[in-house]
Amino acid sequence: MATLDQVGIHLNSAESRSGRLLGLRMVLAFFSMLLLAPLSLAQQTKNSCLDCHSQLDPPLHASPDEYNASIHTQKGVTCVTCHGGDATSDDVDKSMGAAAGFKGHLDRKQIPGFCAKCHSDASYIRGFNPSLRTDQYAQYLTSVHGKLLAKGDTKVAVCIDCHGVHDIQAPNDPRARVYPLNVAQTCSTCHANAEYMKGYKIPTDEFALYNSSVHHAALVDQGDLSAPTCVTCHGSHGAAPPGVASVENVCSTCHVFQAQLFDSGPHKDAFTSLGVPGCITCHSNHGIQHPSDTFIGTAEGSVCVKCHSAGEPGFDAAAKMHESLARLDSAIGRSDAILNRAELSGMEVGEAKLAQSEARDDLIKARVSIHGVQTAKVDQDVQAGLAVAQKTYQAGLAAMAERSYRRTGLFISLGITLIVLAGLALLIRKLESGSGN
Amino acid sequence: MGAAASMRHWLDERFGWNQLMAFVEHKTVPRHRFSYFYFLGGMTLFLFGLQVATGILLLLYYRPSPNEAFESVQYIMTQVRFGWLIRSIHSWGANVMILTAIAHMFSVFFLKSYRKPRELTWLSGMILLFLVLGFGFSGYLLPWNTLSVFATKVGTDIAGQVPVIGHWTLIFLRGGEDVTGATLTRFFGFHVAVLPGLVTLLIGLHLLLVQRFGMSVPPSVEADWRANPARVQEMRFFPNFFLRELMAWYIALAILGALAAFKPWELGAKADLFASAPPGIRPEWYFMFMFQTLKLLPAKIGPVAGDLLGVLGFGIAGAVWTLLPFLDHEKPGRRSRWIAGAGVFALAYFVGMTLVGYAAK
Amino acid sequence: MEYPDANRVRPGISDDPGRRHFLEVFLDTSVVASLVSFFYPVLRYLIPPVQAELASDTVLAGHVGDLKPNSGAIFRFGSRPGLLMLTADGQYHAISAVCSHLGCTVQYRGDLHEVWCACHNGTYDISGRNISGPPPKPLESFDVFVKGQDIYVQRKKNA
Repeated sequence: MATLDQVGIHLNSAESRSGRLLGLRMVLAFFSMLLLAPLSLAQQTKNSCLDCHSQLDPPLHASPDEYNASIHTQKGVTCVTCHGGDATSDDVDKSMGAAAGFKGHLDRKQIPGFCAKCHSDASYIRGFNPSLRTDQYAQYLTSVHGKLLAKGDTKVAVCIDCHGVHDIQAPNDPRARVYPLNVAQTCSTCHANAEYMKGYKIPTDEFALYNSSVHHAALVDQGDLSAPTCVTCHGSHGAAPPGVASVENVCSTCHVFQAQLFDSGPHKDAFTSLGVPGCITCHSNHGIQHPSDTFIGTAEGSVCVKCHSAGEPGFDAAAKMHESLARLDSAIGRSDAILNRAELSGMEVGEAKLAQSEARDDLIKARVSIHGVQTAKVDQDVQAGLAVAQKTYQAGLAAMAERSYRRTGLFISLGITLIVLAGLALLIRKLESGSGN
Repeated sequence: MGAAASMRHWLDERFGWNQLMAFVEHKTVPRHRFSYFYFLGGMTLFLFGLQVATGILLLLYYRPSPNEAFESVQYIMTQVRFGWLIRSIHSWGANVMILTAIAHMFSVFFLKSYRKPRELTWLSGMILLFLVLGFGFSGYLLPWNTLSVFATKVGTDIAGQVPVIGHWTLIFLRGGEDVTGATLTRFFGFHVAVLPGLVTLLIGLHLLLVQRFGMSVPPSVEADWRANPARVQEMRFFPNFFLRELMAWYIALAILGALAAFKPWELGAKADLFASAPPGIRPEWYFMFMFQTLKLLPAKIGPVAGDLLGVLGFGIAGAVWTLLPFLDHEKPGRRSRWIAGAGVFALAYFVGMTLVGYAAK
Repeated sequence: MEYPDANRVRPGISDDPGRRHFLEVFLDTSVVASLVSFFYPVLRYLIPPVQAELASDTVLAGHVGDLKPNSGAIFRFGSRPGLLMLTADGQYHAISAVCSHLGCTVQYRGDLHEVWCACHNGTYDISGRNISGPPPKPLESFDVFVKGQDIYVQRKKNA
């Protein structure tokens, strides 16, 4: 429920003291109160704006369903709050007249500043949601969008492009355009539109690339809402690409170990001196795929040969690391194969299968430790895994030996059966001998 | 009197032992070119005995609840000494037994052993066949793996298609609307108590009737022997035929043991009642011909659902087949030739549809 | 065992007593041997195995005194690892030790009083709730019962 001093009018603010028409404000306040007290009446009280505009065609159309569901309306921020005017009157001259303070359609350039009037006012917003941030506008001014807008480019995104106009939802509402699952789609409305983005000299394939990435899969397929989407790495209000030096910092927010290992290895200084960013040089930025063991090594398709050529220590190290990983992978595979065969034959191999997970852990750790590009560190994990795989392989062999024991038992009993059959046949022949069988 | 003789005397005074032994001594089996088919009945009986023995052994470790059924079978397969052997013999044995039962039925059909006075033998045999199929169907659910549960679901769905009583039958079989733990309990009860009881009674009747009437001889051989009495050939049941049967039983046991050691029966994955049916769900081979037929029937034939017509068709065919002795004429003629032809068609259909069902996957 | 040597259709029999006796002994021995080979597995089967109970929902995870306060240990729960922890206040907690991220085995960190995965730095609290890092889902938590000196871990029953 909105009170007099909350409704868009700051009677104590410098602005009011600077001489806005007090009368106009009181009229506005009076009518707003009529509309807004109690909250539910916001939807039931007379709203002449909606009455007309729900009948009009776009761009003048306003959907009552959208409007009523929006978070602004729920909190008591209505047509009049932003557009001015008089929502109680059906007379166009009265409701959209200057006397009622009608502002009408706002110019795109003015929108961020306009929204900021409430959303940058900490004490005002605290009255609605004390944990809601109020620095969005300040961030926006540092963003690429904000800077270009200040230079006069109105093609860039302003508040309403991402949040909507009359259908604004809280970001944690699945209907919101800025809900994590919807963010990439929202950004792509401009950034994947090659026509629209002509002249900006940045690629427009990020959306397609992102949709093929592991981050997208984690977000959409696995439902992990903490998986990165556009705003996670680029910022939302302060959207800008991370600079070369800060890419690693951004990735390491989640990928801590890899960053620590990278920093401790020879690549860190090498990349800095070359002026190439960490992480994305090998993994790319938008279309990040799940790495396989072929990433590292010297075969075609590996990332190492992009910089290293034969004869260099880096090339040799890459080859060695690949070989280590491959060795552990195949050892685990060998143990798996024999344990599965044993299990299918009915042998009990539960303990060994459990131990296999330890070997798999070591392989996962080895695949992380390659980020330090030092063969000794990788070998540490690989050797530990090989030891476990060796033990489980032995267990598999023991299980297969048990299976052979069973088959031996079977053959013995089959042998006895054959002897019995021979004996029975002889007996029958003997009983019936005289004219042959 | 020696010990054995005095024991015989003791039994004879109370149970007519000597008379019984005399009957056994004099029991004969006809010898002709179709005599080998006489083994099938005894083989089915032997396999049934094997199923009872291995089944009782499994009962010592199996637990019929959805939480434990799968785990208990896994336990039997991996922890219990020779559990793998007992379980695989039971599972393979079930299939071999159903095979011999069906072969026995077809051989009796084609050798026309169902003719007067053996009508009730045929009838009891057909009921036994249905009960044995019931054994197969109920037993299949007990390991509670993915295949079992979905095969049961499909099978009981088909049972539910029968008009009028279908839905009630479905509820009765499943213990509710869906296949759940209640179904498992119920099927377990059928499998270890109800069906064994019924089958034991019927086997008793069936065997009694066989002893009463002796072995039947096919019409062609009978005609030949009537014309040439010198050509009649018989074999004593004890010991000659029985020794041969014993050889066959040993061979059967050896085959089952080899199957258990080389192709152990699969454990599968524990059933998840909330998962969707995996693709390629199909029943065991002995129901495949019906399943495949229903799959091939169009959704609607005229105003009636295709499935319904299929189920009804099989029901009527089964009823006619069961009442065969009352439909066939004594004397060879057009009707008996038609019936023999229908039998060939039935066998070909059964085999053919089963093969098609497997090829189609 | 004596075998009747008259046959209705085929009169006459081999009358070599030596052969007859050999055949009887041969057959008897092999039949007995076959019966032994059938009943030996059955008898072994009847003897209950060492692990008498199914390892389905409950498992013996350890003994009182195995764990020091503020420490944890891996135990086997069916075919997957579980983590049994004894916190400083003397309470036992048990959770699945299979990290919900990529399946590595987690461990209890006495310094952090949290459960940690060494592979990618995921952390959980002692009830299994994922706190930070890559794990997308919590770890299944189990009930712990102490009977005498034995510590049992049991899957939670569905409500």
